Amino acid sequence: MNIHEYQAKEIFRKYGIPIPPGDVASTPEEAERIARKFGATVVVKAQVHAGGRGKAGGVKLAKTPEEAKSIATQILKLTIKGLPVQKVLITPAADIASEAYVGIIIDRASKRAVFMASPAGGIDIEEVAAKTPEKLLKHPVDPRYGLQAYEAMQLAFFLYSDLKQVRAAAKILQQLYRAFSENGGSLAEINPLVTTPAGEVVALDAKMVIDDNELDRRPDVAAMRDESAEDPSEVDARKASLTFIKLDGNVGCVVNGAGLAMATMDLVKYYGGDPANFLDIGGSSNPEKVVAALRIITSDPNVKAILFNIFGGITRTDDVANGIVTAIKQNPLKVPLVIRLTGTNEEIALKILKQHGLSAMTDMDEAVKKAVALATGGEAA
Amino acid sequence: MSIFIDKSTKLLVQGITGRDGSFHTKQMMEYGTAVVAGVTPGKGGQKFEGKVPIFNTVAEAVKSTGANTTVIYVPPPFAADAMMEAADAGIPFIVCITEGVPVLDMTRVYPFVKERGSRLLGPNCPGLISPGQSKVGIIPGHICIPGPVGLVSRSGTLTYEVVFQMTRAKIGQTTCVGIGGDPINGTNFIDCLDAFEKDPATTAVVMIGEIGGTDEQEAARFVREKMKKPVVGFIAGQTAPPGRRMGHAGAIISGSAGTAAEKMQAFEENGVGVAKRPIDVVDLLKRAMR
Repeated sequence: MNIHEYQAKEIFRKYGIPIPPGDVASTPEEAERIARKFGATVVVKAQVHAGGRGKAGGVKLAKTPEEAKSIATQILKLTIKGLPVQKVLITPAADIASEAYVGIIIDRASKRAVFMASPAGGIDIEEVAAKTPEKLLKHPVDPRYGLQAYEAMQLAFFLYSDLKQVRAAAKILQQLYRAFSENGGSLAEINPLVTTPAGEVVALDAKMVIDDNELDRRPDVAAMRDESAEDPSEVDARKASLTFIKLDGNVGCVVNGAGLAMATMDLVKYYGGDPANFLDIGGSSNPEKVVAALRIITSDPNVKAILFNIFGGITRTDDVANGIVTAIKQNPLKVPLVIRLTGTNEEIALKILKQHGLSAMTDMDEAVKKAVALATGGEAA
Repeated sequence: MSIFIDKSTKLLVQGITGRDGSFHTKQMMEYGTAVVAGVTPGKGGQKFEGKVPIFNTVAEAVKSTGANTTVIYVPPPFAADAMMEAADAGIPFIVCITEGVPVLDMTRVYPFVKERGSRLLGPNCPGLISPGQSKVGIIPGHICIPGPVGLVSRSGTLTYEVVFQMTRAKIGQTTCVGIGGDPINGTNFIDCLDAFEKDPATTAVVMIGEIGGTDEQEAARFVREKMKKPVVGFIAGQTAPPGRRMGHAGAIISGSAGTAAEKMQAFEENGVGVAKRPIDVVDLLKRAMR
């Protein structure tokens, strides 16, 4: 789960990380009021779950409260990477002497949380890793002991030479590790971590991603979810326990299992079509999920044909068949439907479909070919 | 022969009385797996289906029955503890089916299990099956037939699809292993490839990967450097939109975006036959085994 910069800052502050003050506004008037309160030049920052905010015009300086209002008006009208900006963070502009990067992420290879630190902060860290890898220090943390003081010092010495700044940064790194591990993070970043002309070390930005599997046991973190900042169809899918990603094609896909779902999309493309989505109904059987899946897919006007590809294992195919029948009764389909279904309780599923004038195929390639033909034929007509 | 499980497998089921645990235990017993014990705290002394003794703890179950493999169906908040309990009781092979285990839990479980010398498969995996001998997990038994091909996969239902296509073409399997798709898992591609290379009954191997990470690329290099048996592979996610499944920083660590194209290229460069579609695995295998 993504959280906003201002939410990540709230978490980081609780752990003692020095962060300049800031307040969130959802209207230009609020933005003006907050800027007046700070009484200095402020930065107006779009709060949106997308990278590259600066490049998209979502981060701007305002010298006066009036300017803050007009800039907030502009930014609140922006859409960044398909997501509308609904909130801005107003924070006093800081004088910057240097910019560094610190972050922590789960690493598949070392099977640990790994710290990354770079004295080249403030820019895209991917670029640093690709072009100047010598400027990026990585350090895996033993989860049993956490980030020890000497490890934090090693990382901090990579960033600064002034001992006061090294000590300040080391403290921030240990605080960041606690914020990360005690809130179920899968990523936590400060970019940039700056030094001020007075020599203070301060976190100017904050980013945190929470492991979805942590949310059940961390209701306070789960409560930070901002549904207005997400794609509405993806919110709908999540509520029905489906994994859904909207794409631009015209063949709607309903599949059980992520790997088979991706392979189905690949096959749609292979036979000359374009998938409209990635949709995994998951392992357990529940006709309600199928009803929700069809509702989400049919709400996309681009969809010209719908393809079910179900390989029953844990998923019982008769449950899927019941779901299809229920969904169609509630909401008759306006586009053709192709069903491929095999595995657990296949005979019962076929009987249910037949009773309602539907049929199913057993071969995946044949089903995909048919769905692609129907989708493109529908377009031509 | 086979890898990891065979006729001598004596299985313990952790979470045997739960909804998924009880359903799949029955399926495993029907398949012929020797289920010797179950564990559900508080239900010690009872019997599952009138046959299998249930214990309160894994240690008791191992002591009384000599279980040498365990399969875990407990809910996500308790899965880490279940894996650690099994390792501490000295069970050499632990299979965790549970989906949704927090990844920070796995950073603690992985070294714990390793230090005790156990092998962990999963979490979030379908388990494994050695057709005609033993099935541990949830892979449907009827789609498999005994034969000479080993299969290892990161996926669940996509594995079934490929096995189904192989079985339809009368190509049987020594063992089919699902390693699971979580960021931190106990057994990886290389562990399975190594075991298949050493298994005298396996003459060829199928490897099914997905986008994300670099496991498949490393496995491909292992094939070239350490294996004599032919390996063919498929990668799911050739059309997946970039950047939707993994964060930027993940790519920084591995130095790779983990795209399907990159993985398929690694397969090709290291002599692993590349299937464009799942069905192509069958033809590639036929050629490789000629």
